[in-house]
Amino acid sequence: MKLTINGDITENIRAGTVRELLEELKVEPNRVAVEVNLTVVRRADYGQFRLNEGDVVEIVNFVGGGS
Amino acid sequence: MEDKLIIRGIEFTSRLWVGTGKYKDFEETKRAIEASGADVVTVAVRRTNITDRKSENLLDYLDPKKYKILPNTAGCYNVEDALRYSRLAREAGVSDLIKLEVIGDEKTLFPDVIGLLQATEILAKEGFIVFPYTNDDPIMAKRLVDAGAAAVMPLAAPIGSGLGIRNPYNMKIILEQATVPIIVDAGVGTASDVAIAMELGCDAVLLNTAIAGARDPIAMAEAMKHGVLAGRLAFKAGRIPKKLYATASSPFDGML
Repeated sequence: MKLTINGDITENIRAGTVRELLEELKVEPNRVAVEVNLTVVRRADYGQFRLNEGDVVEIVNFVGGGS
Repeated sequence: MEDKLIIRGIEFTSRLWVGTGKYKDFEETKRAIEASGADVVTVAVRRTNITDRKSENLLDYLDPKKYKILPNTAGCYNVEDALRYSRLAREAGVSDLIKLEVIGDEKTLFPDVIGLLQATEILAKEGFIVFPYTNDDPIMAKRLVDAGAAAVMPLAAPIGSGLGIRNPYNMKIILEQATVPIIVDAGVGTASDVAIAMELGCDAVLLNTAIAGARDPIAMAEAMKHGVLAGRLAFKAGRIPKKLYATASSPFDGML
């Protein structure tokens, strides 16, 4: 499956859900937030939230910042 | 003597809040924040590095059990982006706290107060505890409170400028009419700037560059801690009025 993840087109994604995607990318789920097609996915829904061909996924976390 | 800052039922152990940007590395960030005594640290929300998973995470150095993590919407130039970052921040974190920034201009980083007001209202309705970064404008401070802000964060001077409080008289008016805590955000340069903010009666000060950009950030962090404490104590103690002429402090009685 082809997804756009953090702005990059990424091919050959095997994951079917958000949880599987985070596992595939080796991203710690408790430290990030995930948005699919501009909708924030609740952490509790990662396991059920299905991904589809062409979805635009954003994975964010906290970084150093002031104002 | 208990003098705790409490906002929406949340107790804060320090009146110095610090940002986590511009440090050399996470180790320096951690040491500076420890030296500052702050319990609130601001963070930004950015894309996770998914190609290099060995890269370290800020939260490995700042335990969210020890610090209150206050995400910001820095870099957002319109209401939609500010809302998007706020909602992501809430999901990435553990609380409803958000330091709301809707920036109006790249050169000054002054807030777009119209967008700020709109975003404050929407986020407050969604249950966020909103800390809006705003101008030192007493009218806007009132409007933000009406829109549901938990505290108001007027700037001392432009972000990173180190100029200190440019308009103490506006700050006094904001404080006089305040029904929520007032936290000076941005623009202070050194410990005396922080002390002045606290002496005016501000409830807390948030800063980043003044520590991170100092030649010795750890020492400056400690100086800021003392600046806040000294300023707060002086405010509570009640300063003497300013006068043009001298008043002798030694007695005339007993003079030869």
